[in-house]
Amino acid sequence: MRRTNNIILETAIKALLFMIVLYSVYIFTAGHYYPGGGFIGGLMTAGAIVLLLITYDIKTVSEILPINYRILTGIGLLFAIGTSAGSLLFDVPFLTHAFGHIQLPILGELSLHTATLFDLGVFFVVVGVTMTIIQTIGEDE
Amino acid sequence: MSYLHLAIVAPLLLSIFIPAFYNRFRRIHTGWFVLPLPILLFFYFISFLATTMSGKSIIKTANWIPSLGINFTVKIDGLGLLFSLLITGIGALVVLYSIYYLAKDKEKLNNFYVYLLLFMSAMLGVVLSDNLIVMYAFWELTSFSSFLLIGYWYERDKSRYGAQKSMLITVFGGLAMLGGIILLNIITGTFSLTEIMSQGNEIYSHVLFVPALLCILLGAFTKSAQFPFYIWLPDAMEAPTPVSAYLHSATMVKAGIYLVARFTPVFGEHALWFWLVAGAGMLTLIWGSIFSVKQTDLKAILAFSTVSQLGLIMSLLGVGAAALHYEYLDDNIFTVAVTAAIFHLINHATFKGSLFMAAGIVDHETGTRDIRKLGGLMHFMPITFTISIVGAFSMAGIPPFNGFLSKEMFFTAMVHVTEMDLFRLETLGILFPVLAWIASIFTFIYSMILVFRTFSGKYQPEKLDKKPHEAPIGMLFSPVILVSLVIIFGFFPNLLSESLISPAMASILPSLLGEGEEFIVHISFWHGFTIELFMTLGVVILGIILFKTHHKWKKIYQAIPEKLSLNRLYDSMLEGIQSDSNKLTNSYMNGSIRSYLVYIFIFFIFILGSTLIGKNAFKLDTSNVSSIGIYEVVLAIFVVVGSISILFVKSRMTSIILLGAIGYTVSLFYVLFRAPDLALTQLVIETISVALFLVCFYHLPKLRKIETRMRFRLTNALISIGVGAMVTLITLSAHSHKLFDSISQYYVENTYTEAAGKNMVNVILVDFRGFDTLFEITVLAIASLGIFGMIKLRLNRRKEG
Repeated sequence: MRRTNNIILETAIKALLFMIVLYSVYIFTAGHYYPGGGFIGGLMTAGAIVLLLITYDIKTVSEILPINYRILTGIGLLFAIGTSAGSLLFDVPFLTHAFGHIQLPILGELSLHTATLFDLGVFFVVVGVTMTIIQTIGEDE
Repeated sequence: MSYLHLAIVAPLLLSIFIPAFYNRFRRIHTGWFVLPLPILLFFYFISFLATTMSGKSIIKTANWIPSLGINFTVKIDGLGLLFSLLITGIGALVVLYSIYYLAKDKEKLNNFYVYLLLFMSAMLGVVLSDNLIVMYAFWELTSFSSFLLIGYWYERDKSRYGAQKSMLITVFGGLAMLGGIILLNIITGTFSLTEIMSQGNEIYSHVLFVPALLCILLGAFTKSAQFPFYIWLPDAMEAPTPVSAYLHSATMVKAGIYLVARFTPVFGEHALWFWLVAGAGMLTLIWGSIFSVKQTDLKAILAFSTVSQLGLIMSLLGVGAAALHYEYLDDNIFTVAVTAAIFHLINHATFKGSLFMAAGIVDHETGTRDIRKLGGLMHFMPITFTISIVGAFSMAGIPPFNGFLSKEMFFTAMVHVTEMDLFRLETLGILFPVLAWIASIFTFIYSMILVFRTFSGKYQPEKLDKKPHEAPIGMLFSPVILVSLVIIFGFFPNLLSESLISPAMASILPSLLGEGEEFIVHISFWHGFTIELFMTLGVVILGIILFKTHHKWKKIYQAIPEKLSLNRLYDSMLEGIQSDSNKLTNSYMNGSIRSYLVYIFIFFIFILGSTLIGKNAFKLDTSNVSSIGIYEVVLAIFVVVGSISILFVKSRMTSIILLGAIGYTVSLFYVLFRAPDLALTQLVIETISVALFLVCFYHLPKLRKIETRMRFRLTNALISIGVGAMVTLITLSAHSHKLFDSISQYYVENTYTEAAGKNMVNVILVDFRGFDTLFEITVLAIASLGIFGMIKLRLNRRKEG
């Protein structure tokens, strides 16, 4: 992609990026109770990185975020398979989720789900897949 | 989960750590880390002997997919235990042998032992699973591990050829077996072997009985290398010798025999079973033994001999199944066939295992396995010679070794066939002893060739790559143990009869036993001057004469035209399938994605349209429709105007942006209908896909030099309008028909109570329909890797070019 001088975007992105990523994390964690979840969260994070790509070029972005997205995809799949198969250890069928509540000092009551770990897998896979595709196609010029 | 389950998966678990052992401890042979496991498992399984000897069996279940009746059920009975002991016992010896056979600095030991352990788990799973689906899964795993092990030296063409051949043939049989299992499930309603057997004679009258029988046998015959599927086994000899000794003679190829033995209580009384199992076994026996004599490679001789011996055991099981027709145990002379089958199964594992290991030693120490180059090795390798001669004499059926005993029993069983009064055996029965006798003569000849062409005769040092010498002690250890067993079982056969043979017979012929009864097996050397003894004498005398004159009559083999061989048939079939499917695929895959879309949409219109018309399914019901507000109208106009204007724009950039605008408008619809999750997803998806389009922009082919708007094409227009109309019709019908209650109420009620979530959409995604999500993300991951692979590969090629 040709470098153009878009100073406004370059300045704005520094603040925007964190907001988008934070929001996507919020949306991911809220997923079990409110609109959101791993899929949307992952897409949104990927969207943030794509915005970064549009502002700068691929080389700069891979310097800022030296992540191998293929490995990220693999980690995500491991999370999903791990939480699904983990239930077998407790003698319950594949993909049985467990949940519980704990009290934390500042945050108050917090509910914990193995479903969230599964969703984290989805999150990683979505980010990994989207970025792998965009990065490989983008680099091929 | 119980310890039994753990015992089955233990090799798999260990295999996870093998690469780490290999990398961390380069100086220690990786085999030493593997060796303790089979030994441990062997003694663990020995502890079950007392249970099976008292006629009991142990069943442990771990739930897997209970809703489909698929559970990881482990059953230990006589037959399963016998095989488990073979797998772990021979496994331990083979691992020990491989430590000296495979050099630690040259070979990819990490791969080798991972495959070997994979096989061990799979094979234990096959023989101990009571659930047929689980057994099938392990069954295919044995085929895969065999494929990997045959192709272990994958840089050799022959290894790859052999690996592919074994894979194609055994997996074909495996799939047929899966069909048989499903047919059995349709007949009986269960996947559990124990339950199927308890259903008894009702199965016989079912229409699907014969197809099920054929499918199961196809699985057994391909795996156990029966005629005409045996052709993969000689090519499988490209595997390292420890693998040949383990998989392709002692254990995996006996899985088919196990299957036949296991299903004898289910199918055994049918005439077709008798004729197919006994007939194929007999044919394989004689075919294998005749062709073994023709071979010049030590391992090829052993391969054909394995084929022939497997046929022998198979024919015995077929004949033994006929014993089920005589519903009394006392003086049921036909059960001897089953006794002989099991006894020979054990014997074959011992003598053939030792022979394979001896052949491996010869190969290792001289650099060749060609008997035309070998000769006179007796003085260089006295111990290997002793091992070979004991193994070969046992195989030939010469006393006092165990092979003699089981060969005698084999003759007894075959002679008894003539006394059966069913399946028209009164007349055809005489074929069995005659064929058995002829095959035994050839068995005798190739056994002699194996030993004497290698170890006696003229020593030809000029044809050998290395100067031969005796193998290191560690390499000799395993075959010496096996050969000792050959001798021990020869002198004290009754060590086995009560501990292993009788319980295994009880699993094969359960209906002959009453409550608390057991088979009384007693094997003895001397039966007096019986017909069997004279048959053996005849075999030895004729065998010696034919062996001495071998060089004169071996030219007969050249009379068989090469073109008619089964291997040629297999090769031409493979080539034909490849070139035909290539032609077929090329005829419609022209590389342009536009034509693929045309195919897809035409099918879409055709199939959905014909269903709508054929089932008379279209229905329009306006009774339950909400009113249309101003917002919906505005959004709809946006979508329509946007889509139509795409047709008239000139540049691609504009089309992409317009398409994005339509997508955003659709997401506003979701907002209107209060589906925030969908709206959010659609918004982000639109953003990403517009970005993706822009990235891909570069790659799209330039259609024309100057950008003009799309030309009008009638077919494309018709297809577009057809798809649109079809979707509209289906949506309207879907709304109008209320054939069953919506499932949404279930989710509304259970989302909080069952999954403790409040966002129904997300709970459906990760919990209620988590399986879908799991597979979807897997597909996504594969797709992204595919794109990565395609683009990177092309880049690399361009750089090279």
